[in-house]
Amino acid sequence: MAEMVINMGPQHPMGHGLWNLKVRVDGETIVWAEAELGYLHRGYEKIMENKQYVMNIPLADRLCYAAAMSWSHVYCLACEHLFGIAVPPRAQYIRVIALEIQRIASHLMWLGAYGPDLGALTGFLYAMRERELFLDLLESLTGSRLTYTYTRIGGLANDLPPDFEREALKAVAYFEKKLNDYERFFDGSKIFRMRTEGVGILRKEEAIAAGITGPNLRGSGANLDIRKDLPYEAYEELDFEPAVETAGDCYARYRVRIKEMRESCRLIRDAFKKIPAGDYRVRSPRRAPKRDAYGRVEDPRGEAMIYVVGDGSDQPYRVKIRSPMFITMSNCGMLLKGYKVADVPAIMGSIDVCMGEADK
Amino acid sequence: MALFGIDTGWSSLYDFSEGVAKWIIGILSWIVGGLGDNLPWVFGDFLHWSDGIIRSDLHLALVAITVESVVLLLIATANLLTFIWIERKLLARMMDRRGPMYVGALGYLQQIADGLKLFLKEYIVPEKADRLGFDAAPVVLSAAAFFIIGVVPIAPGLGLTYQGSYASATVLLAFAAFAVPPFAVLIAGWSANNKYTLIGGMRAAALMMSYEIPMLLAVASVVVLAGGFDFVTIVEAQQASIWFAAPLFIGFVVFLICIVAELERIPFDLPEAEAELVEGWTTEYSGMRFGMIMAIDYLRGYIGCLLATLLFLGGWDGPAILPDWGWTLLKAYFLWVVFVWMRASLPRVRTDQILHIGWKRLLPLAMLNLLVAVVLVSLGWV
Repeated sequence: MAEMVINMGPQHPMGHGLWNLKVRVDGETIVWAEAELGYLHRGYEKIMENKQYVMNIPLADRLCYAAAMSWSHVYCLACEHLFGIAVPPRAQYIRVIALEIQRIASHLMWLGAYGPDLGALTGFLYAMRERELFLDLLESLTGSRLTYTYTRIGGLANDLPPDFEREALKAVAYFEKKLNDYERFFDGSKIFRMRTEGVGILRKEEAIAAGITGPNLRGSGANLDIRKDLPYEAYEELDFEPAVETAGDCYARYRVRIKEMRESCRLIRDAFKKIPAGDYRVRSPRRAPKRDAYGRVEDPRGEAMIYVVGDGSDQPYRVKIRSPMFITMSNCGMLLKGYKVADVPAIMGSIDVCMGEADK
Repeated sequence: MALFGIDTGWSSLYDFSEGVAKWIIGILSWIVGGLGDNLPWVFGDFLHWSDGIIRSDLHLALVAITVESVVLLLIATANLLTFIWIERKLLARMMDRRGPMYVGALGYLQQIADGLKLFLKEYIVPEKADRLGFDAAPVVLSAAAFFIIGVVPIAPGLGLTYQGSYASATVLLAFAAFAVPPFAVLIAGWSANNKYTLIGGMRAAALMMSYEIPMLLAVASVVVLAGGFDFVTIVEAQQASIWFAAPLFIGFVVFLICIVAELERIPFDLPEAEAELVEGWTTEYSGMRFGMIMAIDYLRGYIGCLLATLLFLGGWDGPAILPDWGWTLLKAYFLWVVFVWMRASLPRVRTDQILHIGWKRLLPLAMLNLLVAVVLVSLGWV
C-alpha cells in the first residue's frame, strides 16, 4: 500500500479538543506527523490588553477547562509581582490547597480520558466518579465547578468555608484508597502495559531541547518541578517530592501522574497542618506601575507562565501566555514517528492534551 | 419435544413446522381449488394444475422449512435482544452506572426503541463510495449470520432440519459461514472510500488471517474427539463421556479468545477501534444499515457463545431440572457474561500485538491441544 496522509481531526475521538493531526502512514506505521493547531484560538492576549487587570481573572480561568484554578492563579501571581503586593500567608496556603485539589481533578480528567483512548471505558467512568469528589470540594470553596474565578490579585475571593478541612481530608483519605484501585485496574492489566510500555519514548535531552515541561518531562527522567526549583506561594514550607520516572514512555508518564496525585494528597494534608490564621486578602491598587513582571507556576500540564507589562494605566499593556501544551503539542511529530496508527491515541493521550490553553 | 415442561407432541421443530405448513397449504388449496371449480375452462384448468403443485410434497417441504426458518429467526432475535440488554446492563453496572432504565422493565425494550430511532434516520451513502460494495456488505454480513442460525441446533430437533434430520457436517457449514463476515468488512472498508474504513477493513482481514487458524484447530480437536462433523454427534459424544472443556481445556481457552477476536470485541476490536479510527470500517454507515451492523455484531456474539457451548460445554447436557434448550441457552448466556466482563476490564490490543498473540501464542497452543486430542483418541479414551 502506498503512503497516505490521514487527517485525524479537527473532529476526531482521539483529539481531546479541536486540533488536527496530519499523519502520513505507510500501512499502519507512521512515517511523518504534524499537529495543526489554532482551531480554538480566541485571541486571549489581545483581549487581555483591553480589559482592566481584575477583569482578566475570569478570562484566564477559561484558558483550560481542566485546570482553571491554575490559570487564574498564574495570572494573579503575575499581577501581584507587577503591582509588588505580598500575599498574606493564609491566602498562600489556601491557594496551595486549591491548586493541589485542582491538580488531582485535572489528572483524574486525564486518566479518565486515557481509558477510552486505549479502549477501556471503565477507566473513564471510575476516574470521573472520583473527580466528582474534588469538584464538590472546589464547589464548596468557590461556588462553581469548572471555572472558579477564586484567586484575586492580592489574595482570594473568600476564606475557607466552615468544615472544609474535614471534608477535604475525608475526600483525600478516600481517594488515596481509590488510587490503589486504579493501579490495580491499569497497572494490573497486561494489555495496558503492552500498549504503553516502550511506546512514545521521549528522551530526556530531546524533551529539554524541545521545551517540554511538566509530567511529560519528568516522565523522561528530568527532575524539574517549579514548585520545588522556583517555589511560589507556600510550596517552600511544604513537604513533597516531585514524581520522576526515567523510562520516558507512555507508561512512565502515566506513573508520574499517578505519583503526582499521591503527592498532591500529601501536600493537601501538610498544608492543612501548617495553615496559619490571618487575612486572606490584601487590597490591590487599580493602576499598575510602568514595569513588567511574570508569574511562573507548575500547571498540571507543565510550566505555565504569564508575562504582564504595565504602562501606568488600569489595563495591561501586553500579556504573554506561555502555555505548556502548545510546546508539547508542537513536538508531536517527534513523539509519533515510527510508531503505529494504533499508538496515536496512546501517545497523544499520554501527554494530556488541553486545547484551550494551547490555542489561547 | 417438550416446551416449558409441557409435552407438545412434536418430535422436532420440523414436525411443528410441517403442521403449520399443512394448515397454510390447506387454506391456499381451498382458495385456489375452490376458484378452479367455479371458473370457466382455461382458468379452471390452470388453477387446478396450480392446486396440484401447492399440494405436492416438495411444496410442503419448502413451506415447512420456511416456517422453521421464521421460528428460528424469532428465537434468535429474542436472544439477540436479551444479549444486547445483558451487555448494556451488566457493562453499566460494572462501570458504576445504571444503563437503560426507562423503556420497558429494567430498560429491556430500549434496544427496540434504539432500533426504531435508527430506522427513521436517513441512510447516507458517501458520494464517491462504491455503491454496490457499500450496500452489499451489510447484507452479506447478515446473511452469513442468519445462515449459521439454521445449522446450529439449540436442542436436538430445535434447528433447521428436514424431517427431523440435520444437514451433514453442520460444524463445517457453521464455521465456513462464520468466516465470511471479515470479507464483507473488507469490502465495506474498501468501498466506503474513506481512509479510516480502509484501515479498519485491512485490520479485519489481518485479524481473520491470524485467528481463523487457531480457532479451526481447536474445533478440529473437538471433531477428532467426538468423531463426527455435526453438532448433534459432538454433543452426544460429550453426553456419553464428559464435556470437552475438561480434556481440551487449552483448546477451550484458545477457542474463546479466538471467538472474541472473531466477534471484534474488546480487547480485540481493532477493526472498529473508535479511539484512532473513529468507528473503523462502520464509520460511513448510517441509519438502519448501521443498526443492522450493530445488531449483527450481537447476533454473531450469540452464535459464538452457542458454538462454544455446543463444542466444549456439552450443549444441552445437564440435569433434567431445565429443558434441554434451557441448558444450551444458560451456558451461552454464561459465556456472554464472561465476554461482557472482559470488555469492562480490558483495554484494546494493538495491531501488531494481536498478530503476535495469534501466531506465536494461540497457534502453538492450538497445535498442542490437537495433539492432546489425538493422543486421547489413540489411547482409546473415548
